[in-house]
Amino acid sequence: MQEVMRDKLVAKAKELLTGGVVTRVLGWKRGEFCYDLTPGIFKSADELDKEFDFGDFAAPNLSKYLIDETRKEDGKVAVFMKPCDTYSFNQLLTEHRIDREKVYVIGVPCEGMIDNKKLSAAADGIKNVAVDYENVVVETLWDGNVTVPRESVLAERCLNCKSKKHVALDELVGYEDEITECNRFDEVARLEAMTPEERFEFWQGELSRCIRCNACRDVCPACTCEKCVFDNPSSGVESKAPSDSFEEKMFHIIRAFHVTGRCTDCGECSRVCPQNIPLHLLNRKFIKDINELWGEYQAGAEVGSRAPLVNYTFDDMEPSEAVERGDKNA
Amino acid sequence: MRKISLDKLDLLFAKIAENQSLYIPSDSVEGAKFTKWTNGTALTNELNTVRGIKDFFFPQSEDLMKFKMQGKNIEVIDIRDEHEDFVIFGARACDVRAMTVLDNVFLHAEPVDTYYKNRREHGIIMSLACTRPVETCFCGTFGIDAANPEGDIVCHKTDDALYMNAVSEKGTALLDSLSDITEDADTKAVDEQKALIKERMTKLPLAELTTDAFGGGKTEKFFDSPEWAKLSESCLGCGTCTFVCPTCQCYDIRDFKTNDGVVRYRCWDSCMYSQFTRMAHGNNRNSQKERFRQRFMHKLVYYPENNNGMFSCVGCGRCLAKCPIRMNIVKVMKALEGTDNGSN
Ligand code: SF4
Ligand code: SF4
Ligand code: SF4
Ligand code: SF4
Repeated sequence: MQEVMRDKLVAKAKELLTGGVVTRVLGWKRGEFCYDLTPGIFKSADELDKEFDFGDFAAPNLSKYLIDETRKEDGKVAVFMKPCDTYSFNQLLTEHRIDREKVYVIGVPCEGMIDNKKLSAAADGIKNVAVDYENVVVETLWDGNVTVPRESVLAERCLNCKSKKHVALDELVGYEDEITECNRFDEVARLEAMTPEERFEFWQGELSRCIRCNACRDVCPACTCEKCVFDNPSSGVESKAPSDSFEEKMFHIIRAFHVTGRCTDCGECSRVCPQNIPLHLLNRKFIKDINELWGEYQAGAEVGSRAPLVNYTFDDMEPSEAVERGDKNA
Repeated sequence: MRKISLDKLDLLFAKIAENQSLYIPSDSVEGAKFTKWTNGTALTNELNTVRGIKDFFFPQSEDLMKFKMQGKNIEVIDIRDEHEDFVIFGARACDVRAMTVLDNVFLHAEPVDTYYKNRREHGIIMSLACTRPVETCFCGTFGIDAANPEGDIVCHKTDDALYMNAVSEKGTALLDSLSDITEDADTKAVDEQKALIKERMTKLPLAELTTDAFGGGKTEKFFDSPEWAKLSESCLGCGTCTFVCPTCQCYDIRDFKTNDGVVRYRCWDSCMYSQFTRMAHGNNRNSQKERFRQRFMHKLVYYPENNNGMFSCVGCGRCLAKCPIRMNIVKVMKALEGTDNGSN
């Protein structure tokens, strides 16, 4: 259930294209099924009419594509962004990865996106879906209509939506909204309350399922190194498959550290993981720590902000205040 | 044909597991997954496992040998361990056919891959017909019959019983060993189920998809198609499609330095990766478009060209379900087909 419908976005995109404001539009393309939207570039009104789609499955965050897209050619590209996507966009601007002049951001309000994995688990053989605020009615192949509460199939990041406010914008289609209250750290707190052994076991169990497809890294708007150390044959740590359980954890821990203070909690990593690993919990732990140790900080809330870890102030806390030496819970 | 009533399924599993390891699809946090059966392991209700049965024969990463260095001596140590006898229960028709695709590569071409061969020889496959295919299934496109899977023992599960039909020597031996807990059965219930499955297959959204436009000899036709640029424009170059695919077969061989020597291992590789088949001069596929094209041309054109027309996609639908940007072989086929008949 989205307040702003596809047709309105198509009309906006056409207006920008024909008016010469932009030379192309980055949006979502219709797929085989009602739910499989693919990010794509539209260059004509005809393409927009035929292929553009938006709705409860427009989950992919398009901001990372702008790195390549703005390098490709001159002229502006229009891009549709949900509120959470704009945080990633700002963070990319902060890191000088995108030329802001070449982008026209169209904000789209969002009522929450449906998680395909949850939906497929709730209903077999999806032919079509109808979504309202309360329910998702799935037309199935063999069981007729199956009704599930919308909340039960919403993406985790949407259940814990941190903001419905667009923090970057050239134009908004639809209504303006606010930063939301959410409980996104509850699950982290639950992990913190575990004993170190329990926590180790939890992560061991989760990460041992990793098949090192790298989708989490490749989709991550904070992972924008031109050549990732794990892809670099000369780095000494390049590996294509986890050769042992140490290596497997190393990849995730290094990645989490590398995006600390830069991860906006957009949720893309967990969304794409084919093995259902709750990667967001790793990054959220760092966000929670930063909040507690250096004061509230939300990456991407504004352009140019200095993240606590790359900033130095006299009243920064000392490492010894953060963790006591030998603290088994650290 | 033999049968056993469903309330005795655990007895069947226990009996099989007496003499070898038994793996059955069971629910887990990652989704359904082949799990080593122990008392209490329950069969999933999911149609298929997140990953196919390929992993049993061609694991994601396996040690091939060890070298131990002492002074000027190098000792080569055989560390092979692929000799476990095992039974896989509940493999679907698509995934069993995928083994034929892999056999062509690893067994029927020189040099024979002995690691794979050993596992194949030690493994018995009990396949299971699909009564509830899902929207992403398109095995029929590749001539696979979900009602009549291949395998060593072909099983059909009805509301009250499991029917088993041995179709290979290995399968016959296994089924014979289960004769005191199974009973003879006629084919009536199975025939009914087959008819139901056949009818259901025609109702799948991808039922109309054919391979007519593809096959050997089509390289020139498709290689320079303008569609590749569009199809691959948002591909992340991750390896998800490759690693969940039951037929993808590429691997890399690496040496891992340990304290006193080297372990040589192999692991899956993906043509979607920038460092795939990297050579002294660099990479021969420099753009994601070229890498993306490779994956689909291999499945739809090159493989059939070298394997008497057999395609190396089995329509399992995993790449449809798992690609982060929801690009997949069906979209590729439809787009290329369109250029083929001029309707696009
Ligand atoms: S997406 Fe999931 S399976 Fe793939 S590398 Fe990341 S954590 Fe591992
Ligand atoms: S097609 Fe999809 S799964 Fe495959 S490499 Fe591209 S983004 Fe990853
Ligand atoms: S290409 Fe996709 S549908 Fe075909 S066998 Fe591989 S994962 Fe399954
Ligand atoms: S693709 Fe065919 S064989 Fe495979 S799970 Fe679906 S219906 Fe069964």
